[in-house]
Amino acid sequence: MDIDTHKAEEHEAHAHGYGIYVLVFFGLLALTAVTVSVAGINLGSLTLTVALVIATIKTCLVANYFMHVKFDTPIFKVFIAVCIVIFATMIGLTFFDLIFRTP
Amino acid sequence: MSQNSEVVVHQEHVHEAHAHVGEHVHRDDMGSKMGMWLFLFTEVLLFGGMFILYASYRFIYSDAYKVAAAELDTYIGTINTIILLASSCAVVLGIVALQRKNKGLCLGFLWFTQACGAAFMVNKYFEWTHKIHLGIYPKGPALADMSEGEVVFFGLYYVMTGLHGLHIIVGMIFIGTIMVMIQKNKITHDNYQKLENAGLYWHLVDVIWIFLFPLFYLIH
Amino acid sequence: MANGSIAVPAEPKGKLVDFYKQESKHKGIWSWLLTVDHKRIGLMYLLVMIGFFLTAMTFGFLMRLEMLTPGATIMKPQTYNTLFTLHGVIMVFLFIIPGVPAVFGNFIMPIQIGAKDVIFPRLNLLSWYLYIAGGIIALISLFTGTGAADTGWTFYVPYSIRTTTNVSLTVFAAFVLGFSSILTGLNFITTIHRMRAPGMTFFKMPLFCWGIYGTAWIQVLATPVIGITLVLVILERTLGIGVFDPALGGDPLLYQHLFWIYSHPAVYIMILPAMGVVSDIIATFSRKPIFGYTPIAMSTLAIALVGYLVWGHHMFSAGTSDTSNVIFSLLTFLVAIPTGVKVFNWVASLYRGSIEVTAPMLYALCFIFVFSIGGLTGLVLGTLNTDIHLTDTYFVVAHFHYVMFGGMGILFFASLHYWFPKMFGRMYNEKVAKLACIIFVIGFNGLYFPMFIAGYLGMPRRYYDYLPEFQVYHVISTVGSWIMISGILLMFANLLRGLRQGAVAPANPWDSTTLEWTVPSPPPMENFEEIPVVTKGPYDREGLIESKVKHQLKH
Repeated sequence: MDIDTHKAEEHEAHAHGYGIYVLVFFGLLALTAVTVSVAGINLGSLTLTVALVIATIKTCLVANYFMHVKFDTPIFKVFIAVCIVIFATMIGLTFFDLIFRTP
Repeated sequence: MSQNSEVVVHQEHVHEAHAHVGEHVHRDDMGSKMGMWLFLFTEVLLFGGMFILYASYRFIYSDAYKVAAAELDTYIGTINTIILLASSCAVVLGIVALQRKNKGLCLGFLWFTQACGAAFMVNKYFEWTHKIHLGIYPKGPALADMSEGEVVFFGLYYVMTGLHGLHIIVGMIFIGTIMVMIQKNKITHDNYQKLENAGLYWHLVDVIWIFLFPLFYLIH
Repeated sequence: MANGSIAVPAEPKGKLVDFYKQESKHKGIWSWLLTVDHKRIGLMYLLVMIGFFLTAMTFGFLMRLEMLTPGATIMKPQTYNTLFTLHGVIMVFLFIIPGVPAVFGNFIMPIQIGAKDVIFPRLNLLSWYLYIAGGIIALISLFTGTGAADTGWTFYVPYSIRTTTNVSLTVFAAFVLGFSSILTGLNFITTIHRMRAPGMTFFKMPLFCWGIYGTAWIQVLATPVIGITLVLVILERTLGIGVFDPALGGDPLLYQHLFWIYSHPAVYIMILPAMGVVSDIIATFSRKPIFGYTPIAMSTLAIALVGYLVWGHHMFSAGTSDTSNVIFSLLTFLVAIPTGVKVFNWVASLYRGSIEVTAPMLYALCFIFVFSIGGLTGLVLGTLNTDIHLTDTYFVVAHFHYVMFGGMGILFFASLHYWFPKMFGRMYNEKVAKLACIIFVIGFNGLYFPMFIAGYLGMPRRYYDYLPEFQVYHVISTVGSWIMISGILLMFANLLRGLRQGAVAPANPWDSTTLEWTVPSPPPMENFEEIPVVTKGPYDREGLIESKVKHQLKH
């Protein structure tokens, strides 16, 4: 049950060249353009959702490529999941109070 | 670093046990990276606490948020987003350059990152001073006339972007230190975990901005 | 090498000097203040922590004395407010939260996993300095500015924003202490992942290490939330940013949310490593492997996780929504499940064991008794309707002390007695130690049990005065505090005496099975001559007997 055993792929990430990172950068720029232009359109209650979804996609790109999570040992993915789940829980449970509070 | 680092680490253990008692000569790149990631989680939750506040007040004062956000300059926000994305990209390119033993190019990329960080802070400076000039700051004259929701919005705006700016400065110092070490050949193509850690920190600061930007500047 | 996991009663071979005598590049006091050795850092924590503990205990003693008779007995209300704030801040932030991880986690955990040190030794020293800095800032906040903080250890807004006392500095001290805690947690997680000896899989780790591991995760993921919350309180006081101040549009309840998002999991920071200690002690002195190793290990992680889901139960009467109250009440009861798993497994471990009631074992058994009272009264408070009646009464104070002091406090003493021979290379007087334990536990129940009754009858907490009808409970309680403090002082005196003139401790005085008992007492500088290769479970006794027989045959 050695959950963080890691093998030869430890530094596989570094086999990448400049190209892929530049590509990711352009992807991020495109997403920024989308989020700014979409903000001008009135989507009602969807506005926040769209903004957050785009921000999440951008974060995934940065984490997976710039921060090498995609190529690192799986234990980091588990760690990140734990961190995100706990943060989401904090927000979620706080809202059980806010939404149902009688004014 | 060789590919089968696990084995190497254990061999180090065994050999060192006989040799240097009282010294802690031990290199574990993977451990170093893990420590850095755990530190990043604490940063995520540090900002997380404020995002909880942001979300709660956005729920309570949704209309006031829209009014207040109109005061923010989307143009500067977008420019700053692009600056940070470029700087993040430069850091990873710097790592590739160092792996390819191109020290000069690596330092060049990192200088670019530093310049981006500085540019970001300059924009931030103008943005803040402009608002303060208008009287929009905690206990400021203009803010005193605004509604409660707007006061809270700007309170959060100053604290969250301020703390983010502080992280930019810390990141620049961090990367600056790494650059000195690269210059002195203490960080080289086969020993660059510290550069990676600085990069991780910088990317996290970038990620936080990726969320701050739409949440503050793009509310309509 | 093959039987590295089992406790070969290895006497010091004379090759390695113990870590007290090991020469380093710094001399005298600097060999301690600049050390990066986890054992020395652990001992420095211990020394300072006992100082803080005795200080806060004195504050508690004075508060009990004040409560002996109705009306002002020995102090004014403002002094009383300051005393309960300081008692809380020092006990919670400087003793209970860092206690077991910083002292025993540092000293014992790396040896238990077969490592030479923690993975970031210099960061470890930095944590200690941050801890000291936080402690000093807290003390400075007492004597400077406009008077010591009077908010209680929870710093609730809006009072903490409005009061003119020196809240900002006290809050900053808590922030610095939080940072120290984070770095320790980060260090321990990485150490446990990266530094385990060959063969020491996660499920061959002693349960103390599991406790430290669970705690470290809470330290890393919960502490930053309180950090930023406290910073916001300071900013609110100095700049008036409005996020917590109701006059500017802030919501004080959100402060309480953020405060308890950390401070409830912090309860588990305190108790998880302590529960690990119980598992180790019970396995050792029942002379059999712990019953249900995997469930105990998993329940550690379960408690750590569920600990994030229950903070709302501190706010049932604060004005949170009914929906939220019901959900948090339900989630609160869930904590009882993994806790019950632990308690039943400990009791099952005792069943048909060859129990030897030594001082550490006595403390551990008292813990199970006292902590069960604390846990069960917790269910009373977790229930919505009873909680409304009992909120802010002495019932809460009693429950809190039963779980915190009766949990972490008693186990801190248990660990001190269990690992004393390993840490100092000396034995203490066993009979006196047991006597001190019995006096302590009698005094403890005398002190806190009447509070349940007084609280149930309506005695509110945090008042320096009370109605005459409550006096009988306060008198019993105050007398109890005298008995308890006598027990604690006797315990420390006995340990000090052992330190100076106790018999020299062998490597494995308790016939324990975990790795720290395979190295000499006190351990050499880098713990192991050769990093052991682990092949057996942490509490596997068979190898111990075999190797003991072999050892005797040889001689």
